[in-house]
Amino acid sequence: MTVTLDEVRHVAALARLGLTDERAGALVHEMNTILRHMDALSSIDTTGVEAAIGVGARGLPVRPDGGLPVPLARSLEAFAPAMRDGLLLVPRLATHETSEEE
Amino acid sequence: MKSADGDTASDLRERTRTGTLETRATVAGALARARAVRAGRDGLNIFVSLDEKVVQQHAERAATQMSDTEPGVLFGVPVAIKDNIATLHHPTTCGSRILQGYVSPYEATVVRRLRDAGAIPFGKTNMDEFAMGSSTEHSAYGPTKNPIAPDRVPGGSSGGSAAAVAAGIVPIALGSETGGSVRQPAAFCGIVGVKPTYGRVSRFGLVAFASSLDQIGVFGATVDDAARGLHAIAGRDALDSTSVDVSVPEYPRAQARSIKGMIVGRPKEYFPDSLDPRIRERCDAALERLREQGAEIRDVSLPHTSFAIPVYYIVAPAEASSNLARFDGVRYGLRVEGDGLRGMYEATRSNGFGPEVTRRIMLGTYVLSAGYYDAYYRKAQQVRTLIAGDFGRVFSSGVDVLFTPTTPTPAFPIGAISDPYEMYLSDIFTATANLAGVPAMSQPIGRVEGLPVGGQFIAAHFEEEKMFTAAYALEHALGAEATS
Repeated sequence: MTVTLDEVRHVAALARLGLTDERAGALVHEMNTILRHMDALSSIDTTGVEAAIGVGARGLPVRPDGGLPVPLARSLEAFAPAMRDGLLLVPRLATHETSEEE
Repeated sequence: MKSADGDTASDLRERTRTGTLETRATVAGALARARAVRAGRDGLNIFVSLDEKVVQQHAERAATQMSDTEPGVLFGVPVAIKDNIATLHHPTTCGSRILQGYVSPYEATVVRRLRDAGAIPFGKTNMDEFAMGSSTEHSAYGPTKNPIAPDRVPGGSSGGSAAAVAAGIVPIALGSETGGSVRQPAAFCGIVGVKPTYGRVSRFGLVAFASSLDQIGVFGATVDDAARGLHAIAGRDALDSTSVDVSVPEYPRAQARSIKGMIVGRPKEYFPDSLDPRIRERCDAALERLREQGAEIRDVSLPHTSFAIPVYYIVAPAEASSNLARFDGVRYGLRVEGDGLRGMYEATRSNGFGPEVTRRIMLGTYVLSAGYYDAYYRKAQQVRTLIAGDFGRVFSSGVDVLFTPTTPTPAFPIGAISDPYEMYLSDIFTATANLAGVPAMSQPIGRVEGLPVGGQFIAAHFEEEKMFTAAYALEHALGAEATS
């Protein structure tokens, strides 16, 4: 399989990467060179072979579906850009909305 | 190769315990050694951040461990830490512009365990950006140079940690492995590097690259240094569900064991006709030493070995493309404004990531995208099952450990490899162990034109002790031959 310039641009959009024309063109060549080596896998018969999920001796362990308390060494206030009413304030994202400060 | 003043971790602990050496003096010695070998940005470029005041504070805290109880296994030992492992007092940047200046609000479990064992965390080491590379040339902070031959790469991605040990600054350093990033630089720098079983060491606080492959590993100037380092950090951690509750043997005790009767497998796929004959010669000499010590050398086959690189370079980028999606300019580090929200994401990521990381995110996104998932990702995961099965069959046939070259060549000159796939082939003998989740280690077995050559032991899941037994015996048998 070969990758085209349009596919590189599509994949870059999926990955949220902005590419210059020059870089996009170079990536077509680089990805095709690498993917050519990957095609070796098509020579192996994998009929009935399970796809690996966990490779440890105990398979893939799962934990209860809940967050663990992260042992923070500093309070949230110490590293948050700003806080208000106990909530983190992050830099405003560029949207069509108008901030209340404006 | 030993640390500043020629001390091993064991020597340092003993001298600190008996009061003949103060932790402040140890740190002062290591800092002096770093200056002497020109470890800074204008020299070997080993450290991304090394705050002398912070390190001295760690030394003072470690000294307080001296009490009525027996001090920890690394009491008074300075340990360098790769820049993708979270620390509280030095930044954690993963060698990337996108995380420049980021200081973690929590500490990796391995760092806490090092401190509990009495060790002195000693600066953050340079690395290929987000651990993607085999030469430490792909860092936002510039390349690290090999202390043995400064025109050569130290290997990667944990090249700074390997260089810190090889330059004699510290006897132990932490690195991380996804496809060989501890063993390959250990081989290039003439030191010992261990990748434990997947699940043996907590990954809590290790910035994720490819979660089904990532594992924190240990560099040591000697086999014993590496064994002590692993002993300090191994074991189940409730904060990492992939860490496993299996008892941790005292690895340094392995040095008292004999390898008489041990079966050492020699997999033919790791000794292809194209292997550098000088590396083959060193490996044959090492196998002969093992035989002289009473081990039985058995020819074995791991038939799917040649597919490891294609599998690895599908699975790892796929997982990386997901893990690195979090670096979007909103929550961490760099933020570059663009046209609207999407423009901000794209501008931040394009400016923040270097070319190798961009290439792997692109590859990973491609192999996971509609129409290609089955042909690439699912296929690679199936072949990964076959690779793991190869190891399972060999070890269940009675083989205790495997012995192979660690790398197909010695360290190459800085800037010599520009083709990405050629660079990927540096991992050809190491990526298999990551794909199968088994432990493996590299140790020096000689030199070729002054450049170190590494020999690799691979064992079954959680059989690190057997690996260390063989490594101690080989180190002892080779003696000065390992570094000549």
